[in-house]
Amino acid sequence: MTTRVMPFRGSVTSREQVSVYEFGWPAILLIPLLATFIQIFIPVKVRFMPIIDLPFLVTIFFATARRNPISGCLTGCFIGLLYDLFAGPSHPLGMYGIALTVVGYLASSLGVKIDVENPGSRFLITFGFFFIHEIVYYGVAHGLLRQALQWSWSHTAVSALANAILGILLFAFLDRFKRR
Amino acid sequence: MDTFLGRFKNLIVFAAILFAQVIGLAVQVRRPSDEGQTRLIRLWAISAVTPIETAVVHSQQWVQNIFKNYAYLRGVRRENRELKAQVEQMKIQQTRMEEDARMARRVQALLGFKEQYVDATIAAQVIGTSGSEQSRVLYIDKGANDGIKVDMAVITPSGIVGKIVQVADNWSQVLPINDQFSGVGAALKDSRLQGILKGTPSGATTLQYIMSDEKVTPGEEVITSGGDRIFPKGLPVGKVATVEPGKDLFLNIRVIPAARLDQIEEVLVVTKITEKMPDANALGPLRASDILAERLPTVPNKADVDAAGNAKPGSSTPGTPAAGTTTPAASGTRPTASGTSPNKPVNPAPAANKPATTAPRTTAPSTAGTVKPKPTQATGTATTAKPNGGTTAPANGVRVVDNDAPATPKPKPAPPPESTLPPTEQPAATPSAGASPQ
Repeated sequence: MTTRVMPFRGSVTSREQVSVYEFGWPAILLIPLLATFIQIFIPVKVRFMPIIDLPFLVTIFFATARRNPISGCLTGCFIGLLYDLFAGPSHPLGMYGIALTVVGYLASSLGVKIDVENPGSRFLITFGFFFIHEIVYYGVAHGLLRQALQWSWSHTAVSALANAILGILLFAFLDRFKRR
Repeated sequence: MDTFLGRFKNLIVFAAILFAQVIGLAVQVRRPSDEGQTRLIRLWAISAVTPIETAVVHSQQWVQNIFKNYAYLRGVRRENRELKAQVEQMKIQQTRMEEDARMARRVQALLGFKEQYVDATIAAQVIGTSGSEQSRVLYIDKGANDGIKVDMAVITPSGIVGKIVQVADNWSQVLPINDQFSGVGAALKDSRLQGILKGTPSGATTLQYIMSDEKVTPGEEVITSGGDRIFPKGLPVGKVATVEPGKDLFLNIRVIPAARLDQIEEVLVVTKITEKMPDANALGPLRASDILAERLPTVPNKADVDAAGNAKPGSSTPGTPAAGTTTPAASGTRPTASGTSPNKPVNPAPAANKPATTAPRTTAPSTAGTVKPKPTQATGTATTAKPNGGTTAPANGVRVVDNDAPATPKPKPAPPPESTLPPTEQPAATPSAGASPQ
């Protein structure tokens, strides 16, 4: 079990130091793979599953736990491209990749500055970053690819809420894979 | 320099990763037709996952079936009784519908109409999706090894699902009709207005390019038009849910798909569509008067017809088989499949049951009276008056004999049937009337 601590610069938390967690390679590889697999498989059986975005949640989890912007954006890039592979032929590789890269970078940068260990902050982070994820995705689709996508604030808010609630439970489960 | 790189290391890496992905996107968008490396890497990824998905789906179904089969056995006796009653009901319906179908086939044969048939299908299991709301593709567990090719139609018994867009050895990708990049040639069943069914980003389906001055009512059925050369004509698509004026000259019509696209677990892939002419010869000899007689609610005076010693075209009530049923009295005058050559004029029969307004006839012999039907007249409006004559022999080999040509002796004509017809049953508006090839 290894634990690293890093000094807090401009911290918003009461603690002077935050823990930087590490994960074993099997967890780093298998958790995103499993999340993507579940994401593409479960909607066959569960109707509402597409509003849940497991790859996004896993990206947030790794980014905030490792608190390293470089590893955060690399993780986001990897998970996003993996997710892109299973989208249709009208969905070029890189659309989710870019969105999750941005999310991974920002989440890990934020994780350096605030406490992301308690459920309340996890809920808010997930909720907020879901909007950022959707905005970046729509920006890429509309701005770079000229795809006519419709934006719905209400739908995005419902999805963000659902993901934030699930995120609390999922992060609590994934905490078991952290190396302290 | 070291200080600069060290200070902005995170940002530089972030920008580099983003830039690389944007360049990757640009390369893919520049070459949308040949997917090249992108397609290959996708094939690898999906091929790696689909065996697991297939195994999970099949094992889950196996377990489900064990319990379901046991549960079904408990009520099977009662269900069997109900189904038998249902079969009896359906037999009655079938008799009526067979007559309609037979008549439709005759009309199609007369008009040289090619009909599309779904000849062969393959059942497939849905094993995965794209997992996102932005792309709604489905994955099925059948691929090139099972004879599946790109652009094959995917349907369910309730309605169409989509088309095959990508095929690997053991799996295929289906683009459903509610995907925003999908497009299906569709038509409204009653008004026959044609448009294009497209998906929206939210997963709804809309019928587009119907002019705003057209009248479309919610609840109207939507079927495939066959214009996309993928789906055979006439398959159920869905029902009109809402109709609103659109931004341009077109209506904004939302359609509820007939197939439950969000709950599909099994589909049928149409692997073979055949185009063939309806074989009207198999339906027996046909007289034009029979076609009308079946449609008309009034029947001619049987006594008069019998007295003339000719066939009794009105002997069968409307809706019951008339064509192909040869009465003893008619045996001398009525053409049969074996006794009359296709090009030989036959003895005319009384025109007792023929409405004057809808019975364009020819008096010329068969050579002059042979009419080559035009496919464009298939809408039932082909009422162009032709010279009166005895026989028509369309190119498809279907032989039609008009026994309503002047007869000797001419029986007492029946009253004009249109006087008793309701407005909706005017023969000119029915397919049979439109197709009466005199």
